[in-house]
This record gives sequence, C-alpha cells and structure tokens, in this order.
Amino acid sequence: MTASDLLNRLFMAVLTLLGVAVIVFCLLRIVPGDPIAMMISPSATPADIAALRAHYGLDLGLPQQFGIWFMDVLKGNFGTSISQRRDVMELIGERLPATLELAFAALVFGVLAGGVIATLGTLARRTALDPALDFINGLFLAVPDFVWALALVLLLGVFWPVFPLSGRIDPTLSTYFHTDFYLIESLVTLKFAAFGDLIAHMIMPMLALGLPLAAIVVRTLKEALAEAMVQDYVLLARLKGMSPLRLVLQEALRNAVGPTLTLTGVQFTFMIGGTVIVERIFSYPGLGNMAIDAVINRDLPLIQGIVLTFGAIFILVNILVDLIAGWLNPRGAAHG
Amino acid sequence: MKTIKPLLREPRVVIAGGFLLLLLLIAIFAPYIAPKDPLEQDLMLGNMPPATSPGAEPGFYLGTDDLGRDVLSRVLYGSRIALTVAFVAASLSAIIGTLMGLAAGWYGGWADRIISRLVDIWMAFPPVLLSVLLVAVLGSGLHSVIAAIVIIDWTRFCRVVRAETMAQAQLDYVMAAETIGFSRSHILWREILPNVAPVLIALFSLEMGIAVIVEAILSFVGLSLSSDIPTWGGMIAQGRQMIHQGWWVFVFPLIALFATVLAFNQLGNGLRKALDPVMRR
Repeated sequence: MTASDLLNRLFMAVLTLLGVAVIVFCLLRIVPGDPIAMMISPSATPADIAALRAHYGLDLGLPQQFGIWFMDVLKGNFGTSISQRRDVMELIGERLPATLELAFAALVFGVLAGGVIATLGTLARRTALDPALDFINGLFLAVPDFVWALALVLLLGVFWPVFPLSGRIDPTLSTYFHTDFYLIESLVTLKFAAFGDLIAHMIMPMLALGLPLAAIVVRTLKEALAEAMVQDYVLLARLKGMSPLRLVLQEALRNAVGPTLTLTGVQFTFMIGGTVIVERIFSYPGLGNMAIDAVINRDLPLIQGIVLTFGAIFILVNILVDLIAGWLNPRGAAHG
Repeated sequence: MKTIKPLLREPRVVIAGGFLLLLLLIAIFAPYIAPKDPLEQDLMLGNMPPATSPGAEPGFYLGTDDLGRDVLSRVLYGSRIALTVAFVAASLSAIIGTLMGLAAGWYGGWADRIISRLVDIWMAFPPVLLSVLLVAVLGSGLHSVIAAIVIIDWTRFCRVVRAETMAQAQLDYVMAAETIGFSRSHILWREILPNVAPVLIALFSLEMGIAVIVEAILSFVGLSLSSDIPTWGGMIAQGRQMIHQGWWVFVFPLIALFATVLAFNQLGNGLRKALDPVMRR
C-alpha cells in the first residue's frame, strides 16, 4: 500500500464517519418521546421547560443543531448525558476500557483456540477425526454469540455454577483501581485476587464472543493449511524428514496465515458489534450495555457519542486490516 | 425437476428443510396443536416444573411460567412471530439488496460509487445497536422489527450480489449476449440475474436465520412486541430473570431458537453446495 493509497483510505474513512454522524443525528431527531419530559419534575412550569430546551439547544433548527453538535464533536465534546447528567466523553472513557478488554480477550481466545484446533485438524488429515472435526465446526459456525451467551448462562451459571453470572468484578474488590483497565492494571500491580475475579467474570462473555470467531479461524486456517501442505516446498521438507508437527508449524503455517489474519480482522469488527448484546446478557458494565440503556432512556447525546465511538473503532480496525493485508501480500491488496 | 434432485441428495437440505417445514406447519396450525391458550394465566399454577419432574401439574408438559401460562403452548405459538419475521424481513432485504447490488455491479460508475459508500457507512454501525436504535425510533411492534432488520441487512445481499454480478460480467456468455446485440438491461435481467440466483437463494436462507436471531435479541431487550404475544426472545428474557426459580421457561424457547437458527443455517449452506457444485467461494 503506497502513501497515496493510505491517504485515500483515510479520506474515505473520514467521509464514512461523517456519514455515520449525519445518519445518527437525523435518526435521533425523529425519535418519538421528549427527553426533556423525562428529566423535569411534575411541578415544572412551561417557562422552566422552555429554559431547559434552550439550555440543551433543542429550540434551534435542525441544520443549526447539527452544525453546533458537529463542531463540538470535532473538538471531542459530545455534550452532557441527559439521563446521567455527566459529560458523555467521560462516561464513554469509563466504559470503553471494559469493552476493549473483553473484545481483546475474546480475540486472543478465538485466534488461539482456532489456531490450535486447525493445526490438530491438519495433523489428523485423512483420519476419521478430520470429518468429525469439520462437522462439529460446521455446527459451531452456525451458532451466533447471542445463543452462546444464553447457553453459557444456563450451563456455567445455573446448572453447574462455576462462574459469576453478571458484572465485571466483585464489588468489594473494585474500589482499589486507578485506571479503568482493571484487567491490565491488576496484572501490572500484581493484584492476583482481583485479576482472578476479573477473569472469572469475563470467561462467559469472552467465550460467547470468542467461540464463533474460533470456528471461523478453524475453517479458514484449515483450508489454507490444506492448500499449503501440498506445495512443493512442504513436500521437500517432508522428504528431508521433518516431523509432521514441525512441518505444519514452521513451513505451512507461515504461508497460510495471511488470509486468516485478514478475515480475523473483519470478524473482529463484527465481534465488537456483538459485545452490545453479550454485555447486556451478562450485565457487564461496558459500552454496549450502556448504549442499550441510553436508547431506552432516550439519552440522545450519549447515544450519539457511543455510536460514533463504535463507528470510529470499526473504521480504524478496517484500515489496520487493510494495512496488514497489504504488508503481508503486496500484490493482492488493492481493493475498495 | 432437474434442479430438485441434487438438492435431495444433500442431507443438510433434506434434514434442515424437513425441520423447517414441520415448524411452518406448527406455526400455521398452532391453535389446533397447542394444548392450552398461550395467554391464559392462572396464578395458582405459577412456576410448575415440566411433566417429568416431581410436583408437575398434569397437562402442562413443559411446565408453566410465573404467571401460570403454559410454556409448551407459548413456545409453539412463538414460531409464528419467528417465521413471519424471518420470511418477510429476509424477502424485503433480498429485494432491496439485490436491486442495489445489481445496479452497482452492472452499471458501475456513479451508481457503484454511491452504493458502495452507503454500504461502507452502514458497515460502520454495530448491527445490534443500530437495530435497537431503529426500533426505538420507529416504536416497538412487529412492523418496526421487520423494518429494522431490512434497513440493516440489505447490505448483506447488496455486497454479495454486487461482487457476483461483477464476476459474471467478465464471463464469456455475457460478451456473447452483447455481441448478439441484447440490450444492457436485457442481459442484466435475463442472463445475469438467473446466474446470481443460486447464491441469492442460499443467502436468503442464511438471512432468515439471522432475522430470527435479531427478533429474539430485540424481544430479549424488551423492544420487540408486547409481552402478551409469545415470542422466543421475550420468553428467554423472562426466563433469564427467574432462572433460579425455574430453568424451563428459559431452556425450551432457547432450544426452539437454537434449532431454528441452526436449520436455516444448514439449509443455506447445503443449498449453496448443492446449487453450486464448483463451490467457487
């Protein structure tokens, strides 16, 4: 990818984000239900209501509202949450780390689990294990994160209650943190009790998000490995007497990893989208869970802030995926 | 008949298709099959366990919820909403997405640039959040749920149809048709669309599974339909809240949801394989 390609890509990203902003803004202006009506006390006079509307800029025309709002967004000012009466950026800043930790944990799990299973499947080629693995993986591919989350609630939360069903950390442990990246901070400061508790809370939502990803990694990587295993250089290495495991890990994997990496990146954005409902199911205090509350409370500034944050993350991940794909395979990366 | 035979040789198509046919019959004849009225409450009979457990109430095979409503009847009736949403939402998404995809893939130029940019913008929204947002904007109810799914998922069809149309446009038969002097639109509708159709049919089945899930998610969040109307997602949400009092309100609609989604998925993949023996993708 050349510098002009990259600039072009960045320009497109900004355009996309602007499109997202316009759509969110327009959508929210037609939400039925008056957010002001939700925050006033029953004794408020019409003059109080009008003052409040003016305070939030709701008495201006739509293009004016968009202009003011967008200039503020560019300055990193998303306004004040109506339901929580706090700065939107501050609220997002508190919740985003929880979502990022969860999403990265699920990404690491999905890639590792998928990579190990694909390697084992490749070693077991032409045995009875191989079709069985494909069949089971086919079932795993069909189950979305929502269903995984609910099944895990049932299996590991109720029938065999090994993991806590909701939250991010035991409330008695959560007061010691200086940042919102609890998992990383507890590890760095060697607070292993807190770290263990965070992991226990995270395991079920992580599995719900990571298992579908693992299934996709298995399918893609296994196909790529199967292709690589019949290439001349692999055959040559085999003739030289290299063990099957080393053959897969040293020779085939290096050449098979490209397409898997690209697909994983694309799937990662889907997975970040999936955190919304998975966080909801496990009452995990992340960005997605707050987003649904914001929609239910008709909290316009908060919804706008969260959707734009998600949009920015999606676009950023896509650019990174393109860069990595271009770096891995300079010939075939030109698209879009 | 020539196209039916390879389909019947694909076990996934037969098994999943058979299950979905059965589900369709259950949905149509729910009033005759369901042992009880799904809305009938009896607080004296609340939280009764399924028939095999001790303390079960005769006649309530899968137990009752906290309001004493029959779980089996509610699961059976839930198939109506699930299948309605699946079929209507997938059809509308397919129509809109296919038209956009054909336009972008065949005519290219500005049409392609605008449609592709639109798809890019759409892909930057987390789908669950967007569907929740749309239902909040449109107001809850069956129409809103279907509209939300269509507004989000037309891009799935659009992307695939666009790519497929571009691939088909490179093939010899298209050039032959151009040489004969067929018009651009004639080639699009009579030559390209029939060749895109196999992919479309498989995608349609997959989309129905996705629509069932999205409806369940919206019901779960409490935004789909009023709690009077039995939906699997609504039952799961209700069961999730009282899961320690009785697992059955949660489990049975979850099994129904799982089986249905799995069936649509397997049918879609089976169709893709059966209709496209080369498996170009």
